[in-house]
Amino acid sequence: MKEGRIHSIETCGTVDGPGLRYVIFTQGCLLRCQFCHNPDTWNMGAGKKMSVQELVKDIKGYLPFFQSTNGGVTVSGGEPLLQVEFLLELFTELKKLGVHTTIDTSAGCFNRSPHFIKNLDKVLELTDLVLLDLKHINAAAHKELTGLSNEHILDMARYLDEKKVPVWVRHVLVPGGSDNDAHLQQLSDFIATLNNVEKIEVLPYHKLGVYKWENLGLDYPLEGVEPPTEERVKNAEDILNRVKVI
Amino acid sequence: MKVADEMVKRVPWDGFVEGNWQQEIDVRDFILQNYHLYEGNESFLTDATQATKDLWEQVMQLTREERENGGVYDLDTKIVSTITSHGAGYLNKPLEKIIGVQTDAPFKRALMPFGGIRMAVAAAESYGYKVDDDVVHTFTEHRKTHNQGVFDAYTPEILKARKAGIITGLPDAYGRGRIIGDYRRVALYGVDRLIEEKKKDLQLIGNGTMTDDVIRDREETSEQIRSLMDLKKLGEKYEFDLSKPATTAQEAFQWLYLAYLAAIKEQNGAAMSLGRVSTFLDIYIERDIENGVMTEQEAQELVDHFVMKLRLVKFARTPDYNELFSGDPTWVTESLAGIAEDGRPLVTKSSYRFLHTLDNLGPAPEPNLTVLWSAKLPENYKKYCAKMSIKSSSIQYENDDIMRPIYGDDYGIACCVSAMRIGKQMQFFGARANLAKALLYAINGGVDENLKMQVAPNYAPITSEYLDYDEVMEKYDNLLDWLSGLYVNALNIIHYMHDKYSYERLEMALHDREVLRTMACGVAGLSVIVDSLSAIKYAKVRTIRDEDGLVVDYEIEGDYPKYGNNDDRADEIAVSLVKDFMNKIKKHHMYRDATPTQSILTITSNVVYGKKTGNTPDGRKAGEPFAPGANPLHGRDKNGSLASLSSVAKLPYKYALDGISNTFSIVPKALGKDEETRKTNLAGILDGYAAKKGHHLNINVFDRETLLDAMEHPEEYPQLTIRVSGYAVNFIKLTREQQIDVINRTFHESL
Repeated sequence: MKEGRIHSIETCGTVDGPGLRYVIFTQGCLLRCQFCHNPDTWNMGAGKKMSVQELVKDIKGYLPFFQSTNGGVTVSGGEPLLQVEFLLELFTELKKLGVHTTIDTSAGCFNRSPHFIKNLDKVLELTDLVLLDLKHINAAAHKELTGLSNEHILDMARYLDEKKVPVWVRHVLVPGGSDNDAHLQQLSDFIATLNNVEKIEVLPYHKLGVYKWENLGLDYPLEGVEPPTEERVKNAEDILNRVKVI
Repeated sequence: MKVADEMVKRVPWDGFVEGNWQQEIDVRDFILQNYHLYEGNESFLTDATQATKDLWEQVMQLTREERENGGVYDLDTKIVSTITSHGAGYLNKPLEKIIGVQTDAPFKRALMPFGGIRMAVAAAESYGYKVDDDVVHTFTEHRKTHNQGVFDAYTPEILKARKAGIITGLPDAYGRGRIIGDYRRVALYGVDRLIEEKKKDLQLIGNGTMTDDVIRDREETSEQIRSLMDLKKLGEKYEFDLSKPATTAQEAFQWLYLAYLAAIKEQNGAAMSLGRVSTFLDIYIERDIENGVMTEQEAQELVDHFVMKLRLVKFARTPDYNELFSGDPTWVTESLAGIAEDGRPLVTKSSYRFLHTLDNLGPAPEPNLTVLWSAKLPENYKKYCAKMSIKSSSIQYENDDIMRPIYGDDYGIACCVSAMRIGKQMQFFGARANLAKALLYAINGGVDENLKMQVAPNYAPITSEYLDYDEVMEKYDNLLDWLSGLYVNALNIIHYMHDKYSYERLEMALHDREVLRTMACGVAGLSVIVDSLSAIKYAKVRTIRDEDGLVVDYEIEGDYPKYGNNDDRADEIAVSLVKDFMNKIKKHHMYRDATPTQSILTITSNVVYGKKTGNTPDGRKAGEPFAPGANPLHGRDKNGSLASLSSVAKLPYKYALDGISNTFSIVPKALGKDEETRKTNLAGILDGYAAKKGHHLNINVFDRETLLDAMEHPEEYPQLTIRVSGYAVNFIKLTREQQIDVINRTFHESL
């Protein structure tokens, strides 16, 4: 059986999809978001290897909690799509158990190469929900904020729409970084072009992960930036939700 | 049917559905025939009335004065408390719907020497009071107490084990508690009928041959009858005629409360639990509402005032006792909801009204509100419970789906987690054995690591540098054989003497003649032993010895699976330990042919146990607290809270029928982003835990910062309530050590 490179497990996830969720944080990410609260998941070579079998055996124990809350399994990261073959095998097994499956992705590794698409399509067939992080609508600002441009990320949003995969769009609100009314409006306009978005979540930037940067010996780029005010969060929610949500 | 019976029936029982409950004492049948299932939501509930607010303000004022006075407001030093010892006392007579206090004034603690005069004197002294010389003289020279009886019979070996703390918290100097009188009987039948039945019982005891058992039963039954007559006298002091059944809801509450009051006037048992009264009382409320003589607001007021009285229950305790069971607990446990054997949820509007007191009066540790949880409870009620837990952290949950097959549908919880059929079953409370210390004894050949004294028999110690799992297990097995025998012997002595010198005559008067008795043994330190054994098995544990060769510390090389991560390698050690110790207990003779049971519950004594226990092979340092109850040790569960719950849920209830306590603390945000999600998720956690056959769950929902602030500014948090190991406490009444322990303990807060 396939092995995944796993950073950690959270058995009581309540914010990454519906209900109580078993969240698998995969190891490795292409983005280098300034606000990342899990920088310890970046390095591709770290983490521990866990087999699909091992994970499924563990997950089985939590079925009663999924049933009581319409919860399930979320694969987050890191970037789960970097381990698409592992995902495919994992979701195949989970679907045999009737478990609701979610991928939490920043789409950083999306491309339309036939090889990637072939695997992705198979995974999407077994995926009930994608949590898609759209971090900034402006390419240059996106590169500044995350280290990568956003063309392929927006392309993935369109691709998921084509494939009619239900999506919750998530936008981390960073004061000075991604909290600008004009940009939020553009992001809102982009989301409006999609027909598969069920929910738009604004995730207020927080500093709970700063200690991890320190532990890793990294300079924290958002030093001095405070979490957004409740008013700004509300403002972003209003702008982004101005689109008609299906 | 006799004419007299007809008359009784016409008035108090008017409108009730007939049944076996009329022919014999059968409260369960009365409930099942008459209760009204409520499946709606909480929108019918009403706010506190002005009278309730005024009374509660008065209580809060007295509470402040009590705190400023060093923890005790007033204490009786002259009158020995009995059912009839004091005249009537009031909080505020014109406003109170339910009346009666333990002495002649609220907040005045009673003098209760029957458990032990030394304890009573020490308790008084620690708060600056002196017990009257005549009373001391009488209970030293003329009237023997339970405490003296026990120490007359203890062996030197038991005394040593007690001193070393391998068995602790034994009820040998105070009331044992954990007996629930069926106080509902007084409301439903009136005292005269109960006396009549007890007199019939007296004739049925024995076959004419006077064996020890028959003599004891006859004497006890006579005492029960006498206590019932005293209960009527107590009623008269408050101008009620308890000889007849209650005719209104207010009377039903009052009758029931006075019966409970009579019990706590005579017994200061560690846990004086109430039973399962809300659905019973709801029948009276429904009848009054239907008859147009009561409004919803009046119904809630009655519940509020009753609950307020339960919050006033207080006993005089020593500082030693408080160190073990902190925060002035009385365990006035009330069991709510559950499912009837016929499948109907036992949820009524009063199941809501009782929880609603947490809004109307604010959160509080007492009464110890316990929801008997089942997957089959109405969804509305589940969500309401979750909502009130999130708001108040004052509720505990116990799995009705695993208890009902054993105890039926009319059981209640005594203390924290001990289920018993109401009026049909009682327990001999057995505190607990320190299994973590026992492991150290196994390694050191029975020598106590702190006292450096031979406490257990002189077994061969382990002499190797590295611990070998099989060798340790073999020695541990022998040690537990010894410990279980010694422990049961101590309990047999304690309960023999308690029956003899401090018999709970009124509580037992509200039981059937045939009573099932359990000997409720307990264990402490489960997570410490499991992790220690896992470390020995899966990593390498090197011993560090002092100059006498005694192992005093351990060094772990490598990693090992830890209890609390849903990892079978560790969890299976826990499961087999629970089974093994229960099986060892079972081998011994039990006083009064009691059925042995076991609890995994420490209450707050996990701190004291830890203090008395040296370094352990899991890396825990000497003196550090154990995890409470069956909880994994804080910081060792790495996979989130459901993994932790899943580990605990594996412990087999069948082998721990006295209860498996688990405390779950979570920050609000970790339950979800908004209130509705949090409610759903919390109810879902409870459903999932119940489906996995977990037994008990305390739920705390608050931020660590709140607790830190409350430590610094206690005056701003007079009602901050948190759940610890089977009961709730006023956070600011905990010792500083315990406050720190609570704050350090697992807070599930990942986002």
